Amino acid sequence: MITVVAPGFLTTVQDAGRPGFADLGVSASGAADPIALAVGNRLVGNDPAAAALEMTLVGGTFRFAAGGWIALCGAPAAAKLDGLEIPGWSVQRVRAGGELACGAMTQGARAYLCVRGGLDVPPVLGSGSTHLASGLGGLAGRALAAGDRLELDDRIVAEPASRPVDPSRIPGYRPGDPFRVTEGLQSSWFMREAQAALVATTWRTTDACDRMGLRLEGPALRLQAPRELTTEGVTLGAIQVPADGRPIILFVEHQTTGGYPKIGCVISADHARLGQLRPRTALRFARVEADEAVRLLREQAQAIDAIVR
Amino acid sequence: MAKVERVSDAAFLVVFDEAPTEEAGRRVRRLHASLRDAAPAALVDLHPAYATVLVRFDPLRIDAARLAGELARRAERTASNSEEPIRVVEIPVRYGGDSGPDLDEVARLTGLSSDEVVATHAGAAYEVRFLGFSPGFPYLAGLPERLWTRRLSAPRRRVAAGSVAIAGAQAGIYPIATPGGWNVIGRTDAVLFDAARPRPATLAPGDRVRFVPVR
Repeated sequence: MITVVAPGFLTTVQDAGRPGFADLGVSASGAADPIALAVGNRLVGNDPAAAALEMTLVGGTFRFAAGGWIALCGAPAAAKLDGLEIPGWSVQRVRAGGELACGAMTQGARAYLCVRGGLDVPPVLGSGSTHLASGLGGLAGRALAAGDRLELDDRIVAEPASRPVDPSRIPGYRPGDPFRVTEGLQSSWFMREAQAALVATTWRTTDACDRMGLRLEGPALRLQAPRELTTEGVTLGAIQVPADGRPIILFVEHQTTGGYPKIGCVISADHARLGQLRPRTALRFARVEADEAVRLLREQAQAIDAIVR
Repeated sequence: MAKVERVSDAAFLVVFDEAPTEEAGRRVRRLHASLRDAAPAALVDLHPAYATVLVRFDPLRIDAARLAGELARRAERTASNSEEPIRVVEIPVRYGGDSGPDLDEVARLTGLSSDEVVATHAGAAYEVRFLGFSPGFPYLAGLPERLWTRRLSAPRRRVAAGSVAIAGAQAGIYPIATPGGWNVIGRTDAVLFDAARPRPATLAPGDRVRFVPVR
């Protein structure tokens, strides 16, 4: 059992998400950085989709009733285990009664605490992931609070890994690289200048960045002419542009349908890095074709498979 | 003729029409049912809407061009004339007051009395076109034109669960408390979404909805 001594800024239970219910209005949710979750789970010998804690910007403090194995992946979270600093992306032994204290993240936005066995929360529509906007899943559909207790599951598939992982070896996972985008169905609705500005601008994330979406600051992207879009399905990573011209990247808890035109879509291989974008951070976009995006995703998946031994 | 458009490396949008016509709505329902009941390999999620179905897939498990062909063939087969069984669901609504904070404003905007707004809203027959926005939220067609109003200039941070609302030509019900920008004219105690039920959403596309005023 794990007791939450302090929850940090925003900590939720997340797994690989619950796709398959968009037709009920439920988006997939799941880890905002699925690479960190999958690698952390592999490090401790879990099923890669097992549930873990997703900490945001400032990590929490947790006490372990029994001894076990943990891995912290994603943003460095100034973590100390029983007072001693521990590195991320590696397996650490925790003693019974041990305490892990995480602090503020200075690079990246989310850190994942994976525990050998995974977290045991009642599955909702087949997943333990928290959907904060809908109040579904995880621990009563909400963020953790001090005093919460979490039981461990038995989703163990391997021994804990013997070596740490170097995340810089994962293609498409380097902070600061441009986010690759494919063309949106309504790209041609925008003025030529807007289409050019998408990839020519250094954008900034605003404070309005959460699991539903990331609102960006930069030049207003204008349509050639006012035009109404009939509400249609939207997907993770889509860059929608409301009437004010300020783009929003739809994220893991996005609404399932929307009526704003989309100027592009961030490719699947770059979704994990969206989860590491801090508020008020610079970012750029670069165009790729969809087939190239699939090739990049395959290369990334193969590298993740090969990296944990 | 349906079009199959690539909208991301991992999603297609099957487009039956640009406008939310009834025929497009029927085709959306048939394609959705076809893909749900006999899912192609690597299908991840389905987002039916007014005239389109967004299909998310795992591009590492299927060749995109092959899936596009399969979607086009399935979309062609939606041109059936078979009658669908119609289910009518009655939703009891307390109109106005704390339950419907925007009822008087809708009356003002439409030039009707509050009672006339209630009678008009409850007198119409609605069809569920799709569920979207939030879990179990039904997008309803059939709002009488006299009640078409603009949405709130600034969305509410929290719309109560069960809120019965209208915006533009659309009508809907907020199943759970969420932010929202539609005009709330009443509230129902009916539970529209419960993840613990075998069928979590009370309403399904194609259902007819009638609002019944209660005290």
